[in-house]
Amino acid sequence: MSAATAETGDVAGAQSGSAVMTYREALRLALREEMARDERVFLMGEEVGVFDGSYKVSAGLLEEFGPDRVRDTPISEEGFVGAGVGAAMLGERPVVEIMTINFLLVAMDQVVNHAAKIGAMFGGEVRCPMVIRTPNGAGNQLTAQHSQSFEGWFAHTPGLKVVAPATPADAKGLLKAAIRDDDPVLVIENLPIYKEKGEVPLDPDFVTPIGLANVAREGSDLTIVSHSFATVRALHVAEKLKQEQGLDVEVVDLRSLRPLDVETVAASVAKTNRVVCVEEGWPTYGVTAEIAARIQKACFDDLDAPVERVGMAEVPLPYAKNLELAAMPNEDRIAAAVLATLA
Amino acid sequence: MAIEIDTLRDLYEQMVLIRVFETESERQYKAARIGGYCHLSSGQEAATVGVVHALEADDLLVTGYRCHGFALARGVDPDAVMAELFGRRDGCSHGRGGSMHLLDVSRGFYGGWGIVAGQLPVATGLALGLVRQGKPQAVLCELGDGAINMGAWHESLNLAAVWDLPVVFMVVNNGFGMGTAVDRASAIEELYKRADSYGIRGERIDGDDIEASYGAAAELLAEARDQRRPSVLEVMTYRYRGHSVADAGLAYRTKDDVARHMEHDPLLRVRALLRDAGISETELDEVDARADARVAGAVAAADASPLPDVDGLAAGMYAAGSDVQFERMMPGSPFGEEELVFAGGLGT
Repeated sequence: MSAATAETGDVAGAQSGSAVMTYREALRLALREEMARDERVFLMGEEVGVFDGSYKVSAGLLEEFGPDRVRDTPISEEGFVGAGVGAAMLGERPVVEIMTINFLLVAMDQVVNHAAKIGAMFGGEVRCPMVIRTPNGAGNQLTAQHSQSFEGWFAHTPGLKVVAPATPADAKGLLKAAIRDDDPVLVIENLPIYKEKGEVPLDPDFVTPIGLANVAREGSDLTIVSHSFATVRALHVAEKLKQEQGLDVEVVDLRSLRPLDVETVAASVAKTNRVVCVEEGWPTYGVTAEIAARIQKACFDDLDAPVERVGMAEVPLPYAKNLELAAMPNEDRIAAAVLATLA
Repeated sequence: MAIEIDTLRDLYEQMVLIRVFETESERQYKAARIGGYCHLSSGQEAATVGVVHALEADDLLVTGYRCHGFALARGVDPDAVMAELFGRRDGCSHGRGGSMHLLDVSRGFYGGWGIVAGQLPVATGLALGLVRQGKPQAVLCELGDGAINMGAWHESLNLAAVWDLPVVFMVVNNGFGMGTAVDRASAIEELYKRADSYGIRGERIDGDDIEASYGAAAELLAEARDQRRPSVLEVMTYRYRGHSVADAGLAYRTKDDVARHMEHDPLLRVRALLRDAGISETELDEVDARADARVAGAVAAADASPLPDVDGLAAGMYAAGSDVQFERMMPGSPFGEEELVFAGGLGT
């Protein structure tokens, strides 16, 4: 594959190869490609149009596709998530943007009691092919009501699919897979990763299959299992431990929370025999709780140490910078957990 | 709006069918052949049949959980409705939905929904879908008087008005949200006036008058189709039975209250109209007998329908092709959990 940069390459016009772009640009490219490919795909949410997107993911799309396909909504999450459900039942392909996952809670009834139920509750007679995109994450002193990671709540729910890309390439690939999927899919984006850069395939048919984890870094001493921004942190920690202590840490990026690729996790643990699970959410009843349960069953004979977990301190996140930092699953805490598990 | 006599006779037959169906459902529930919640609509037949009659073939219908009558009025096969209540394979939702979650896409009926007011955003989205697809139809969204105090009511009416969506919100005001009288739940008792807040039309009619129900619905649905304007239609009616079969319905009203409403029974009112137009008692009795036979046939068909296949416990939950995505957590693999019951396949 030939590499071009986003500055010099014509990203939209290219059909093959790859380009370096931000996670935000990769999401935008996925939206553009899918909207161009399929008339049924439309975007709606707060500030997605005239404002160019709260986090600028949809910048330029209103101009390109018009107000019918890039639809600004009132601040009315229950209303417009439900409108996505209804439109999807009629065969449209709505992509609903929720400004942050914190605000998705006011639409919880439409997601969990409606979208998730349609396939099973009506005996497979009707489907709900919709996408909800929303960022989780903390770290900018946004405080208790705006710093949460609730993806575990949704991954808990049969009837939903939940993916959480950690790289620009997977941001494009998983969003495209979600849009093409015939079920309701939550795409968990992440505030700090929006600006991260990476190589992204330009092939408009490139998708990242839902349900496959990725070994983001190979290693033999210990496995870190993570998703979303925790994967970015895990890769930094792995590199640092390599340079400072010569340790080979493997990083398994889950990418998909429901369905969950237990097989890739188990294969890694069978190789390294030690594992630390990391998430940005609270660990109690969290994603790492699920992963730990799966590992103890699949890898009981392989483990040389108890499964360790690192997550958000279990408090409503405080404002003061030092308190916020102390609460987060930062790289120091992850590194300490790795070393303790190796001890 | 006057209804032509042959049509009125057909509508009377639908009303009788619903009454007999509901009465039989209660009997079957008490015989433990129907389970779960079972919300009956006896007394509300004129509102149901009159308004649904105003739907064109390609219009869409969405309702709350008191939906047996709406399904039957919309032409869903009574066999499939009764089989659904029985939890059988030939039920319109294949035994997965039960009383509250009837659905028949071939009749434009997009569901009975069980969370109060949850169907309103969905109906708004169906209307958005119609507009996006360039179709001239409209959506009728039924809800109870209790639903108008939910946030979803406000959000849906506002969105429908802001986006000019073709949806008529039919508020069935039967006096009580479960056991709470309307005047104890809503700051204003004339519920249709809430439409003013959204700059849309609101009407209140006597829902027990089938011609009024049909006329108002026909007018508002035509406005929705032709002018893309949403509206509120409040139909005043009364339910004879409790909130559900499990509720005797007497904690919050008296037997005399119910008896007083029964004196003006909507079936008797239509019957009088038909008699005045020259239809004989004998002919009307024949209509009643046909409804009895139809419901008896539905019970027999439901009884004969097999139970859903336990191996297909998860069927329909995810779209066909999802099995591949779930392969790495499937039961049977070294990594599967028993609760993931995908053995019979996820797709339909």
